[in-house]
Amino acid sequence: MTVDEVKIGGLGARRSRVEDNRFIRGMGNYVDDITLPGMLHMEVLRSPLAHARIKSIDTSAALAIPGVQLVLTGELLASRNLAWMPTLSYDTQAVLATDKVRFQGQEVACVVADDPYIAKDACEAIVVDYEPLPVIVNPTQAMADGAPVIRDDKENQHDNVVFDWEVGDKEGTDRAFAAADMVSELELHYPRSHPSPIESCGSIADFDRATSKLTVYMTTQAPHIIRAAVAMVAELPEHMIRIVSPDLGGGFGNKVPIYPAYVVSILASILLERPVKWIEDNSGNLISTGFGRDIYLRGQLALRSDGKILGVRMHTDSDHGAFFSDAQPSKFKIGLMHAAFACYDIPVAHLTSRGVYTNKAPGGVAYRCSFRITEAMFFQERMVQAAADDLGIDQAEIRRLNFVQDDDFPHRTPFGFLTDSGQYAKCLDIGLEAIGYEDFLKQKEEARKNGRLLGIGISTMTEPLGAGNSREYDILGIKMFDSAELRVHMTGKAILRTGAKSQGQGHETTWAQIVAHELGIPADDVVVEEGDTDTAPFGMGTYASRSTPVAGAAVSMVARKIRAKARKIAAHLLEVSEEDIEWELGRFYLRSSPESGVTIQECAMAAYSNVPDGMEPGLENNAYYDPPNLTWPFGCYITTVEVDPLTGVWDVLNVVAVDDCGVRINPMIVEGQIMGGLTEAYAMANMQFITFDSEGNCVGSNYMDYLLPTAWETPGFELHEVVTPCPHHPIGAKGVGECATVGGPAAFVNAVLDALKGTGVRNIDMPLLPDRVYEALTEGHDVSGAPPLRTDR
Amino acid sequence: MTSLFAVVPAESSDDTPVRRITVSVNGKRHTLDVEPRLLLAHMIRQGLELTGTHIGCDTTNCGACTVLIDGAPVKSCTMFAVQADGHEVTTVEGLASASELHPIQEGFRDEHGLQCGFCTPGMMLTAKALLDENPDPTEDEVRWALSGNLCRCTGYQNIVKSVLLAAARLRANNHVEEDEAP
Repeated sequence: MTVDEVKIGGLGARRSRVEDNRFIRGMGNYVDDITLPGMLHMEVLRSPLAHARIKSIDTSAALAIPGVQLVLTGELLASRNLAWMPTLSYDTQAVLATDKVRFQGQEVACVVADDPYIAKDACEAIVVDYEPLPVIVNPTQAMADGAPVIRDDKENQHDNVVFDWEVGDKEGTDRAFAAADMVSELELHYPRSHPSPIESCGSIADFDRATSKLTVYMTTQAPHIIRAAVAMVAELPEHMIRIVSPDLGGGFGNKVPIYPAYVVSILASILLERPVKWIEDNSGNLISTGFGRDIYLRGQLALRSDGKILGVRMHTDSDHGAFFSDAQPSKFKIGLMHAAFACYDIPVAHLTSRGVYTNKAPGGVAYRCSFRITEAMFFQERMVQAAADDLGIDQAEIRRLNFVQDDDFPHRTPFGFLTDSGQYAKCLDIGLEAIGYEDFLKQKEEARKNGRLLGIGISTMTEPLGAGNSREYDILGIKMFDSAELRVHMTGKAILRTGAKSQGQGHETTWAQIVAHELGIPADDVVVEEGDTDTAPFGMGTYASRSTPVAGAAVSMVARKIRAKARKIAAHLLEVSEEDIEWELGRFYLRSSPESGVTIQECAMAAYSNVPDGMEPGLENNAYYDPPNLTWPFGCYITTVEVDPLTGVWDVLNVVAVDDCGVRINPMIVEGQIMGGLTEAYAMANMQFITFDSEGNCVGSNYMDYLLPTAWETPGFELHEVVTPCPHHPIGAKGVGECATVGGPAAFVNAVLDALKGTGVRNIDMPLLPDRVYEALTEGHDVSGAPPLRTDR
Repeated sequence: MTSLFAVVPAESSDDTPVRRITVSVNGKRHTLDVEPRLLLAHMIRQGLELTGTHIGCDTTNCGACTVLIDGAPVKSCTMFAVQADGHEVTTVEGLASASELHPIQEGFRDEHGLQCGFCTPGMMLTAKALLDENPDPTEDEVRWALSGNLCRCTGYQNIVKSVLLAAARLRANNHVEEDEAP
């Protein structure tokens, strides 16, 4: 009688994705696909200069163009107290520049016109008189004596420091270093990069004067946060704001912040009383929105001669651009940087972090990672590799020696996190076996004799996901729980809504699988809806791999509430007391005679037609889930490469990934997430970065200059799995969307450096472009990605 | 015009140049007056309301806007609508009817060849052009053919598998049809 869980699309089923039915037909519904009656179009005029005072803006020629409805400048916004807006990190950001521009690409004016072509023409007709100011493009310049203060708009801001922050045990760490046999030191730069979803940002604001209701269709990963922010910025009552995030063409952290043009489109719609659509062009997206990374590290490991790590010291200088506008949990200024070394048993550590303003676009978004954890794990795995090389011990061995052991959980990390589960050594062993570690080392030696340079790189890490429990995690004071609401209709079909928002992760498919697992209702009978703040319960959205750990848990919990009520109904239908019945998937039955039972569908029908006396009818509920802890998936990534000594070009030979993300809801989707993550890791290591010249010009403002990997370069991947269920998540899942992006880059970099072993080269900063590798190889020295201006030590 | 009314532009003093073109899109002929600077992608999306053709980059790099012109893949964000005059355009909406899928669409679904779905229409049309010319491509040939289309979600491996699966199914279908031919 038992329902077959895989057949109904429950946990572990490789269920075809529900959302594909529309996407493969070209029937998705992205923001730019939406057309409202009477809709106008908005374009943004951006600053060509990185730092300049605005002397005047002349909009008269733009206004004279037929079809132009409105030109908005900082002055107009200032008259409505809207020229500045709060950011998600307690800073302020210019909506449209008033006093000066602070980065190239900053929003200076907006034109609303009958069609986007006219709006673009009119932008070009606006004349802005700029007085150029000295430009700051890196932390060294920002901290130099006499450096111009970029944020002179802020009272009490007399330098370019965003924050100075520290965590850990300084004295204890000093003692560990004093007692060390050896100290291994490394300086690294994790370059600025852009998440680059193929769909840029956009919004359609529609203010209805008759009802005073504002509806905004918007590319956002966190619609409820946007609603709260709009309520604060635009001073509109929250119940009169409806944010709809329709299908999103990727996000990767780029669609978390609140961008100025969203706000301007809202104001334009209020002023014109017509819908106003803004669709960002790709260059606008690349030069002005949500950069990631751009951080310098000085790291030291205190080592015992056998490779045991006794202590860690880290200092980071992060470049936040002109506004600190990325979302971070308020307590932690540099995200979860201090989760570094969580998979290793290290007694003591100390981290200092300084963030600075520069004349670059706002940076530091969690680009496919859990708040700076990508940088943390890259630093960690590069430092471990360098330590192994410095000590002359095997790179797998040093990891095995330092791993937290399987029976040592829960484990307190040196920075105070509590990890709860994992089989780290097992994952590493599976990876080494799959790549053929011992054989490859022999091959490498042989190849060396023939002048060929082979290398192998390992990266092992645990990523903290699912921010987070309300004691520790909030954004702007809003606790980072998430939610789900489930309504079971009388025929046993259901609708589920959550506060998360899929951008390709497949929630419509996997959330229904969790319901199927908990209730035995076939996944095909559950429709999933997200992204509309008028209907979805409040949630913090999808980023930092938090959906499965938090919203996914809420889905389980709400389904369990439904099951608890269904049990009472079942007892009523079976005319016994609740204690006399048992549950199996999809069915309650009499313990004394298992053949007598009622299905969940029969209970649903009874909920609307035959409830016991005194019971509220209906079968629906909601759940807000405050996770007790973060989840800690583990990843082991191993790559082999061959470096061409004549060109510095390196080819990937093999990539093996062993992921332990706990229980897998839909293995097909999990594997898709891992492969996508590995590709971004490869991209970071190989090609993907954005630089700025000394004038603050963004080099990489389109896909001709900013290289993204295509099907041709991208290597193939071999995936393996270990399952260690999360002890506190209702279904034992840990989350997986970002692990490979986080852990992957170091595996590629370590492999290339392994190929160069013996040349005296300890580090080449990402991306490992052929000219960097060639220079290192031929000159025998490290190649830094830091600008030559950096002289702070 | 509809049988109800036609909107007369308020100011016909507008000196915007207009060209009359005739384009066949997914087998349906359209005669349109367009500005010479109108991009084909905009004509398809806004003009003909076929929003399956997406715009990603405006610089001919990402391929989200790929359509077929007389069977060849073209990035419609950097082609003017007037250049399509007299040609046959196929968009994702023309791959199959709503009820029956093209084997390439089935391949993408079955091999999890998409996540956010934004690059997918362009990927599928590029794949169609490849398979029309080369029904039995190698993995490398598929990767090379798709190298003008960017995907940020999948890492391509499943896209390549999708196309290879579709190729195999198409060959099997054609084989059956040949067998059944008199």
